[in-house]
Amino acid sequence: MKTLKSLLIGTVAAAAVTSAAYAERGSDGEVKIIYWQAPSILNPYLSSGTKDIESASLVIEPLGRFDQDGNLVPYLAAEIPTVANGGVSEDLTTITWKLKEGLVWSDGTPVTSADVVFTAEYCMHPEGGCAQAAKFEGVTNVEALDDLTIKVTFGEPKPYPYQAFMGGQSPIIQKAQFQDCLGAKAPECTEANFNPIGTGPFKVVEFRPNDVITMEANDNYRDPDKPAFATLTFKGGGDAAAAGRAVLETGEFDYAWNLQLAPDVLANMAAAGKGKPIAAFGSLVERIEMNMTDPSPDLPEGERSTEAHPHPILSDMKVRKALSMAIDRELLVEIGYGQAGRPTCNLVPAPELYASDNTDCLTQDIEGAKALLEEAGWTDTNGDGVRDKDGMKLSLTYQTSTNAVRQDFQALIKQWWAEIGVETELKNIDASVFFGGDPGSPDTFQKFYSDVEMYANNFDGTDPEAYLAQHTCEKAPKPSTQWQGENINRYCNEEYDALIAELGKTAELEKRGEIGRKLNDMLTKDSYVVVPLVDRGRVSAHANSLGGVVLNTWDSELWNVADWHRVK
Amino acid sequence: MLNYIIRRLLIAVPTLLFISLAIFLLLDLAPGDPTAQMPLTVPPEVREKIRLALGLGEPIHVRYLLWLKQFLINEPLHIFSDSTGWDIAGDSQRVISWQTRSPVFDIIVQRLPQTMWVVGMSYVVGILIAIPIGIISAYRQYSWFDQTGTFVTMVGYSVPPFFTGVLVIVIFSVQLGWFPSIYDTTHRVVDWDTFVFQLRQMVMPVMVLALQTTAQISRFMRASMLDNLNQDYVRTARGKGMTEKVVVLIHVLRNSLIPVITVIALGVPGIFGGAIITEQIFKVNGIGQLLITAIYAYDIPMVQTLTFIFAVLIVTFNLIADVLYGMLDPRIRYD
Repeated sequence: MKTLKSLLIGTVAAAAVTSAAYAERGSDGEVKIIYWQAPSILNPYLSSGTKDIESASLVIEPLGRFDQDGNLVPYLAAEIPTVANGGVSEDLTTITWKLKEGLVWSDGTPVTSADVVFTAEYCMHPEGGCAQAAKFEGVTNVEALDDLTIKVTFGEPKPYPYQAFMGGQSPIIQKAQFQDCLGAKAPECTEANFNPIGTGPFKVVEFRPNDVITMEANDNYRDPDKPAFATLTFKGGGDAAAAGRAVLETGEFDYAWNLQLAPDVLANMAAAGKGKPIAAFGSLVERIEMNMTDPSPDLPEGERSTEAHPHPILSDMKVRKALSMAIDRELLVEIGYGQAGRPTCNLVPAPELYASDNTDCLTQDIEGAKALLEEAGWTDTNGDGVRDKDGMKLSLTYQTSTNAVRQDFQALIKQWWAEIGVETELKNIDASVFFGGDPGSPDTFQKFYSDVEMYANNFDGTDPEAYLAQHTCEKAPKPSTQWQGENINRYCNEEYDALIAELGKTAELEKRGEIGRKLNDMLTKDSYVVVPLVDRGRVSAHANSLGGVVLNTWDSELWNVADWHRVK
Repeated sequence: MLNYIIRRLLIAVPTLLFISLAIFLLLDLAPGDPTAQMPLTVPPEVREKIRLALGLGEPIHVRYLLWLKQFLINEPLHIFSDSTGWDIAGDSQRVISWQTRSPVFDIIVQRLPQTMWVVGMSYVVGILIAIPIGIISAYRQYSWFDQTGTFVTMVGYSVPPFFTGVLVIVIFSVQLGWFPSIYDTTHRVVDWDTFVFQLRQMVMPVMVLALQTTAQISRFMRASMLDNLNQDYVRTARGKGMTEKVVVLIHVLRNSLIPVITVIALGVPGIFGGAIITEQIFKVNGIGQLLITAIYAYDIPMVQTLTFIFAVLIVTFNLIADVLYGMLDPRIRYD
C-alpha cells in the first residue's frame, strides 16, 4: 500500500513538474469538483464542517499548511518560525510570524499584519461562537510588531505553537471585510460569509448555500502562472456513490471528495477507466473503547459509568486483552474499507514520528484469547457457551452509531467474541444522538451507558498532544461536568498523567515523538483500554485528465489546487 | 360563497398557529444537536459556545415566540422593504439558518426555480399523460390497453424513485451517455443550445417524477370516467344520435374531470415541497434537498420555516380545491 501510494504521488508530482513549465494562468479552462456534502458557508470560523473548511480553502489561506506527510509548509508566512530560527522564543511562550512581502488580497489591497491580528480577534471574541476557538486556546495576546510581523503570546509555554493561523481551519480573513462582523454580529454578515475576500488561487463569483459555488481565478494570486484553471465549479449534494459515478463513470466532474463506498462498488466504478481513486492515511482510527466503570442500569442515576464503581468485568486487563486478540482486523478492513483502510494497533497511527511500532494485535488468536480468559478465572461452568465467574456471566453490551459498516463490524466481532465464550448484546444509535452530547440523553458516547463502544476519532493537524491528553484522569465525563469530557473510558493512571505533563513541557521533536509513542502504548498494548481496529484513510477520485492532485489528510484536500492542471 | 371563504380563512388562522406550535415542539423535543455533525476534534466548551450563539440557551417558549415574530412580522417587513425600497424593516432580525447563518427566505427563493422547473414540469407532464390514458382505459375497459395501463401504473406506483432514478442514471448517463447525471443549477437558458441542454438535464428527473404522478392521476381519471359512462345522461346523449366523440369528450369527460381537478389541486403543494429523494439523486438541489439537509444538520429554523410554509400551502390548496369543486359542479353550494 505504502509503495503504491508513494508511487502514485511520485508520478503525479513528476507530471506536475513537467507541465508546470509551460502552463499559464487560466489556460486550462474549467475544473469541476464535487463534494457529496454541500458547503453551507465559506467561513471556517462559523462552521467546522469539512465541506465548508475545504471549499473555503480555495479562497482564503492560512499562514502555513501541512503537506501530505504532515510537514509544515509556509503559505502566507515567509517561513515557519521555530526555536532554531528565532521565531519561537526560548521559553516557548511566543511565536513571531512574518508575512511574505507584497501579498495582496483578491481586491488588490495589501495583506498586512492587521488582518492577522483581526483574525485572532474575530475568533477569540467571547460572543462569536467561533467553531475554531480551540485553535486559539492558550493565546493571550496577538499583536502587530510592524506591517508584516505578528507576535502571538501564550499564557504558558506552548511546545507546539502551530495551531492558530495554521491549516485549513484557521485561515486569515480580511479585516476590511469583516470588521463589522465581530461577536454576536458574525452570523449577520451573510455577504462576507458567502463571498470572503482571500489570497487563494480562486475567488468566489457566486455562492449558493448547500448547492454550488462558482469561482474564477484570482488575478492577484501571488504566483503569476497559477492557477492553471480559469474557472472552478464546486458542486455539492447527493451521496458518495453519485459523486464517484460522476468522476469515474460518466466523467462529468474532475474531482470527487471522500468516497466512502463499499470496496467492491468503488472497484467497479474505477473499472470504467475515466478516472482513478486515490487514498491517503491520516490519524483517523476506528476503535473499540472499553468502559473502565460500571454502566449497570441497576446503579442509581448519576453513579452509572462513573469512577465510583469500577467495571466488574473489564477492570481486568486479561479480559480486555482477550477481547482484542479475538478480532481479525485484516478481515474487518477487507469487508468495511478496502483501499481506504489498514489494520492498526495504534491510537496514533501517524505521523511517523508519533507512530509506535506496535503490531502485536494484527494476528487473530482465538485460542490465546480463550486461554487468557481461563487464566483470568472466566470458565463456562454450566455449558451454555458463555463463560462465567462467581455467578456473573461474561456478557457485554456493545454500542455504536447507526452506519452500515459499523453494524457489519458489530456482527463480526460479536461472532468472534462468541467463539471465545463472550456473550454480546449489540446496540446502534443514530449518529446525531450518539455524538450529540446532550446530557439529558442516555445514549451519548460520552455517557457510555454500555460496556464497550465503537467509533472513530482523530486529531487536528499533526501534533497528538491534545489528543493524548484526553485520557487524563480529570477529563472523565461525569454528572458534575454535565457528562462533558474526552476521557471516554474513564482511564485513570497517575503515570500517564505525569507523562502528559512532561509532553507539555517538551519542545524538541524527537523527544516529543518518544513520549507520544509511550503514551500510545500505555493506552493500547500495555492496557487494552483502547482497542484500535482500523486506520481509516481517505479515498477521493480524480479524472485521468486532471493532474497535480496530491491527496492530503493533514490539511484541506484542496490544499494545492493552485498546482492542479489539465493533463494534455 | 364569499361568506364561506371568509369563514374558512378565519378558521385557518388558529389551525396554522396550532400547526406551527406542533412543529416547533416536535422539532425541539426530538433528540438532536446542531453541533453533532461537527468533527469530534471540536472540544465541548466550543460546542457549548456555539449553541449559545445560536440562541439555544433561551427557554423554549421564548424561542417559539421569537420565531413567530421573525416569521410573521420581520420577514413580511423585509420583503416589503426589498420590493418597494422603503426601509421600514430596519435591523429587525430575520429567520436565520443555523447552517449557513443567512436568511432562510433568501435560500428558499434561490431554490424555488429549480424545484418549479423540475417538480412542476413533471406534474404537468404527468397530468398530460395521465388524462388520455385514464380516458382510453375507461372507455375500453378490460382491453389490452387497459390491462397494460393498469400494470404500468401499478409498477409506477410501487417502484420508488430511489430505484427508478438510479436505474435511469445507470442506463442513460453511464451506459448511453445521453443525459448528464448531475443537474447544473447555475445553467441559464439564453439561446437554443442552452435550452436544449436545459431539456437534456431535465429529462431524467422529470420522467422519474412524472411516472409517479401519471400512475396516481390516471387511476383517478379512469375510475371517474367509469362512474360517468354508466349514467343515464350518457344513454340519453347516445340516444339522441350524438357521435361517440361528442359523448365521451364533451359530456362524460367534463363531468369526470370534476373530482380529478380537486385531486390535482390538492397535489400542488407537493410541488413546492419538492421531491426529496429525486432531487437528491439528480443533485437538483431544490426545496426537497434543502429540507433534508437541514434535517440532517439539525437546522431548526430552516426545517421549521419550510414545514410551516408547506402547512400554509396545504391549507390554502385545500380551500382552493373546495371552492373549485363548488364552481365546477353547480349542484354543490356551501351557503
